Order: sequence, then C-alpha cells, then structure tokens
Amino acid sequence: MSDSMQTLEKHTKSEYKYGWTSDIEMDTIPKGLSEDVVRMISAKKNEPQWLLDWRLEAFRIWSEMKEPDWAKLNINPIDYQDIIYFAAPKKQPKLNSLDEADPELLRTFERLGIPLNEQKVLAGVAVDAVIDSVSVTTTFKEKLSELGIIFCSFSEAVQEHPELVKEYIGSVVPRNDNYFAALNSAVFSDGSFCYIPKGVHCPMELSTYFRINAANTGQFERTLIVAEDDSYVSYLEGCTAPMRDENQLHAAVVEIFAKDRAFVKYSTVQNWYPGDKDGKGGVYNFVTKRGLCDGYRSRISWTQVETGSAITWKYPSCVLKGNESIGEFYSIAVTNNHQQADTGTKMTHLGKNTKSTIISKGISAGRSQNSYRGLVKIAKKAENARNFSECDSLLMGDRCGAHTFPYIEIENQSGKVEHEATTSKIGADQMFYCTQRGLSDEDAINLIVNGYCKEVFNELPMEFAVEAQKLLEISLEGSVG
Amino acid sequence: MLKIKDLRASVEDTEILKGVNLEIKPGEVHAIMGPNGSGKSTLGFVLAGKDDYEVTGGTIEFKGQDLLELDPDERAREGVFLGFQYPVEIPGVSNSNFLKMIVNSMRKARGEKELDSLEMLKLLKEKLATLGMNINMLKRSLNDGFSGGEKKRNEILQMAVLEPTLAILDETDSGLDIDALKVVADGVNSMRSEDRGFLIITHYQRLLNYIVPDVVHVLVDGKIVKSGDKNLALELEDKGYDWIKENKAAQPA
Ligand SMILES: Nc1ncnc2c1ncn2[C@@H]1O[C@H](COP(=O)(O)OP(=O)(O)OP(=O)(O)O)[C@@H](O)[C@H]1O
Ligand SMILES: [Mg+2]
Repeated sequence: MSDSMQTLEKHTKSEYKYGWTSDIEMDTIPKGLSEDVVRMISAKKNEPQWLLDWRLEAFRIWSEMKEPDWAKLNINPIDYQDIIYFAAPKKQPKLNSLDEADPELLRTFERLGIPLNEQKVLAGVAVDAVIDSVSVTTTFKEKLSELGIIFCSFSEAVQEHPELVKEYIGSVVPRNDNYFAALNSAVFSDGSFCYIPKGVHCPMELSTYFRINAANTGQFERTLIVAEDDSYVSYLEGCTAPMRDENQLHAAVVEIFAKDRAFVKYSTVQNWYPGDKDGKGGVYNFVTKRGLCDGYRSRISWTQVETGSAITWKYPSCVLKGNESIGEFYSIAVTNNHQQADTGTKMTHLGKNTKSTIISKGISAGRSQNSYRGLVKIAKKAENARNFSECDSLLMGDRCGAHTFPYIEIENQSGKVEHEATTSKIGADQMFYCTQRGLSDEDAINLIVNGYCKEVFNELPMEFAVEAQKLLEISLEGSVG
Repeated sequence: MLKIKDLRASVEDTEILKGVNLEIKPGEVHAIMGPNGSGKSTLGFVLAGKDDYEVTGGTIEFKGQDLLELDPDERAREGVFLGFQYPVEIPGVSNSNFLKMIVNSMRKARGEKELDSLEMLKLLKEKLATLGMNINMLKRSLNDGFSGGEKKRNEILQMAVLEPTLAILDETDSGLDIDALKVVADGVNSMRSEDRGFLIITHYQRLLNYIVPDVVHVLVDGKIVKSGDKNLALELEDKGYDWIKENKAAQPA
C-alpha cells in the first residue's frame, strides 16, 4: 500500500463526534407494534377519528406486506417487536424565547454545532427543532404567518389545519407505496408541516433539525410540504444522532406537492450514527421522499448530503406530472468503515416537455459500499421529455466499493435520456501536487473531495453548504491519505 | 543550501538515478539538460519527496538538514518548490481558493499572520500583473482545462506567491510561446536573490538566454556527466548529446 493510501485509511477511521445521550425525561410506551399501539399513539396525540382510521388501514396494509429484499445491502434482520414506537420529551414547555428552553436541550444543540440561538435567528433561519418525536421549539412562526405560510409540527397541523392535512396526506406517497412507507403511515410520531399559499415567496430558509435521542426508539417522521401556484420555498433538513450500540430504525416519509409554477427546494444533511469502525451499531435509514410536480411548470429540487447511518436506503424522487415541470436531484453520499448506502432517485416523466437532472457524487472509503440506483421513466404521454444524469464515484482505498445501477424505461420515443458515469480513485498525483505546495494530507483530501462535490454544494443554501462541508471533513477524517 | 551526494533512486525496481552529485549554493541558478528519459523529472520528484520513487542510496542535505527524512508537505514548508512538467488538474477547486490555502499554510508554517481575503486578493493581483496574467485565471478550476501555456504560467504564479528557498522548475518553458517564455523568465529573474536557489530543467538553450544560469549540468542515463557554464548549453544546442555520451562511454567505468 502506498503512503498516500495509508494516510487515506488513517483519516477515514475517525470516531463519530456526535455520540452521547442527553438526559431529557422521556414519555414512552412499551416496545412492540400492534393495533393497540397504533391506537395508543393516536390517542396520545389527541388525533381525530379519520386520522386514526387512516393509521389503522396503514397498519393493516403493512401487516400484509413483506420486507423488501435488500439488493446490495447486507443487513441484520430488524425485529419490529423490539422497537418503541413512541417517545416524547415529558417536559413540553411552551416557549416564548430560547431562554426558556431546557438547558440540557440547548447544550445538545450546541454540541452538535447547531446553536439554536439568537445568531441563527438573526441569520434569518426559522428553526423547528424536533427532538425525537415532538416539536420543541418553533421560531419565526409569527412572521411567517403574516404571509399566510404555515410552518409547524405535523401534530400541530393535525389540530389546527386538519382540512389541509386530510387533503394532502398520502397524496404523494400512498400508504401502500412500500413497506416502510406503510409502517410510517401507521405509527408516525411527528414531523413538520409546511404550507405556502398562492404567489408567496417564502423569505427565509425553513429548517428542521431531527434527532434520534431515546434508546431503542424508532423514528417515524412525517413531513408534508404543499406549495400553491406561483409559490417558492427552500426547506432544510439536518439530522444527527447520538451513539448507540443497537441499530436504530428510521423510516421517514416526506411528501411534497407542487402546483402551477411552484418551486420547492428541499435540502438534507444527514449524519446519523454510522456504527463504529467494526460495523457495530448505527442507524438504519429507510426513507421515502417524493415530490409531485402536479402543476404546469412546477419544479422540485432535492439536494442531499448523506454521510451518516449504518445503512441508507433512500431515493428522493419526482413525479413530473404537470407539463413542462422540472425535477432535480443533487446528491453527495459518503460511506466509510462498514457503512452501506443504496441511494439514488426516481424521475417519472408523465407530462409533456418535462425535464429532469440527476447529479450524484458517491464517495467510498474504508470497507464501505456505496451504490447509486436511479430510475428514469418516460411514460407514453410524456412528449419531449429530457433527462440528464451524471453519476460519479470516488474511491478512497482498495477495500471499498462503488456501484451504479441506472435503470431507464422509455415508452415515448421523443424522449431523450443522457447518462454519464465515472469512477475514479482519489488521485495520488493530485495528492502529491497539493502536498508539494505545503498542504497536509488531510487538507489535500478535503480540498480534492470538496472540489469533486462542488456541483452539489453549489445547490445548497450558503450556510448549509458550509455545515455540509464540515460534515464531509468529519466523516472522512482519518480515512483519507 | 542543497547538497546531493551519490543519489540513487528507483521506480518499480528500475534504477533511474545512478549516483547524482550536485551542490547549489544560495543565490545560484543551475540548469539541467539532458536527453528524454535521462532522469531529470525523477530528480525533481525525488527532491520533492514523491512516494513512487524509492531512494536506494546517497544523501540530500537541504539547509543543513536531511531532506529525505521529511514528508512532501514538510519539504514544501521548508521552502522546496517543484514546478511540474505536467501540472495536475483538480476539478471543482478554484484557483484562487487553492492559492489562498497554500499561501496561508505556508505563512502559518513560517509563523506569519494568515492573510484575509482582501489582503490575498491584493497579493494575487500584484503577482498577476507582474506575470502578465489575466485575473480570470483565478476564478477557474485549478489547471482544469487550462492550456499548456496557462498551466505553466500558473506554476510560476504559485512559485511567486510561495516565495520558496529552492525552486525546481521542470520544463516550465516547454510549450510556451515567445511572450510567455519572457514572462516566465521575468518571473524567475525578479525572484533571483541571494538566499534563493533555482534548479531549472530544460531542453532549450533559448530559455537560458533569458535566465542566465551559473552552472549548466548534463544528465545522461541517471548521472551528471558534464557540468560547465552557460556556454555548455550553447555547445549542446550545436552538437546534441551524442558527443557527451561518446565521451562518457570512452571513460573507464
Ligand atoms: N512513475 C514511473 N513509473 C515507471 N517508470 C518511470 C516513472 N517515472 C519515471 N519513469 C522512467 O524513468 C525514466 C526517467 O524518466 P524522467 O521522467 O525522469 O525523464 P526526463 O529526463 O524527465 O525525460 P523528459 O525529458 O522526457 O521529460 C524513464 O525511462 C521513465 O520511463
Ligand atoms: Mg521530464
């Protein structure tokens, strides 16, 4: 092994920096999943009958489904009866300002390097912080409500805007969509809800930080974003989880509904606990994210930076139903040590002159496996649909793997699909060039990797891009070289 | 400043440098000429510490310390600069960002204050102006899609901002048009100083009209077979390398 390879290895073997548990009193229900548990969750949340019925139907669907077959993933079986399906912080303060927040909670955020403080507020970010399942703090809500924007926890939306929730829940990701979507529909605990009225350009980035906190608590977030005609919103989601030995299941659902000329930008930074160097522990991340470009010229853009989780199974997708609608997917997926990622997107072209762009950057280090799986489908009626896909893989070291699985289904011959794929090793020549100029191995790697990811970072809001860059450095620390 | 004694180096078990001796004193400019494949670039890489090259014998002393003990980045921070014969492209990394990073890491190593963006811009503008380079070069990705000549100028720009103690320029003149050649030569000449040494690898005597060397060496088959003053370059231009090779062959082994 060359020296530079060894440095690479060394750098990628760092420990997870966000591993700790905060002592916030929790209100939990016993382990296991049954109809009673579903009823209990619904009751605890004071939900209307229709939503309970909706959950029960989802539970029935889930019970009849089979767990998917894990293509490229090497997975320990999940015991669904060994999971606690609901946990909420017991203290549920109504906060006027952050001073009133649980200091333990604030410290948690600070350790994450995501200070939920005045600075952030001054920076113009409205933060809806979710610890485990229940939304704890919401800022800027008033300012948003002046514009008619609704941005609140999912449970709150169920209470305050039941008609909207009822109309759109499951409209993009139906309960029977897949195993984990069905599970989520039955037991989802909380999440975020966002509604942008006609013609409103949301003046700030909406952001939520999710965090898995209680031991053995599966996370079943549910996010719903509805953008009316001519509206715009940029939504940021960031996640970190404390270190745990047992695998934790995360099965979220995100639904985006975009009407005529609406533009929704959804950015994720995910660094859940990936397990230790030997592949022990870590979060199982099985997420269903889908956007429906329902309206004419509507546009949905997914940007994700995935550095965490032991296992990631995630395909943010766009259904391009409206004529001339646009779907975009920009992704950086980093795997290290024993992590496994199977991620990509689905672009389903239904309307005329629809366009989609896929830029995927995979980075594999250690003994990890990183797969891109993408489907571009052009339906019969989708005249003149266009897709451009670029899938690049960067390997660090000799023991990791990168795999690309592009699936293309074209039913309308006027469609054009372009696919480019490259796989490269982090170049010894590039490393030497940088170190010859006096940069340390670590700085050199970060520089090269950041350059490689540039196209995706460019899609992230400024603030978030900096955070994402840091995260990338942390996750490759000790691995590169 | 630089003392190379009986240096031997191999790549993949093939010996390329077969006992190189060379001493550069502060303020001197040395030129190395020699046929293709004779080991000129190898010498540059070995000095800079590239790990494909295994040093099998000899010593390199730089500013009184054992250079072979240092990693490439440490050597760079000690003041060794290598202008690459084939500069490497790094997509997505902006040239200005790279320059800023290398300048600040160098300043940090020297215990100097790091430059902020404004100070950096001022420095870069100044250097660009002296090198007759366009400011647009800064915005582009590092060497990515640069023309051959642009890459070489960019090497000189990096040398200018890093202010090395020893600058090794590997065929920085190759592929340059006559104006660019002058720019590179001016760049080097303006940096000549009492405490800085240059090792200039070239195939063309032409460059040495602009950068007048103190010593010219001829490297053939991994050994310096002849050294002389600037007139040696003219002689080589005139006669090629064969006469030296023959001389060498005539010498007892
Ligand atoms: N990384 C390498 N792997 C294998 N062989 C190498 C490597 N680097 C150099 N060599 C070999 O070593 C010999 C010397 O190469 P070097 O690049 O030092 O020559 P040079 O004098 O710079 O030639 P030129 O004038 O063409 O630039 C050549 O035979 C070359 O093929
Ligand atoms: Mg050469």
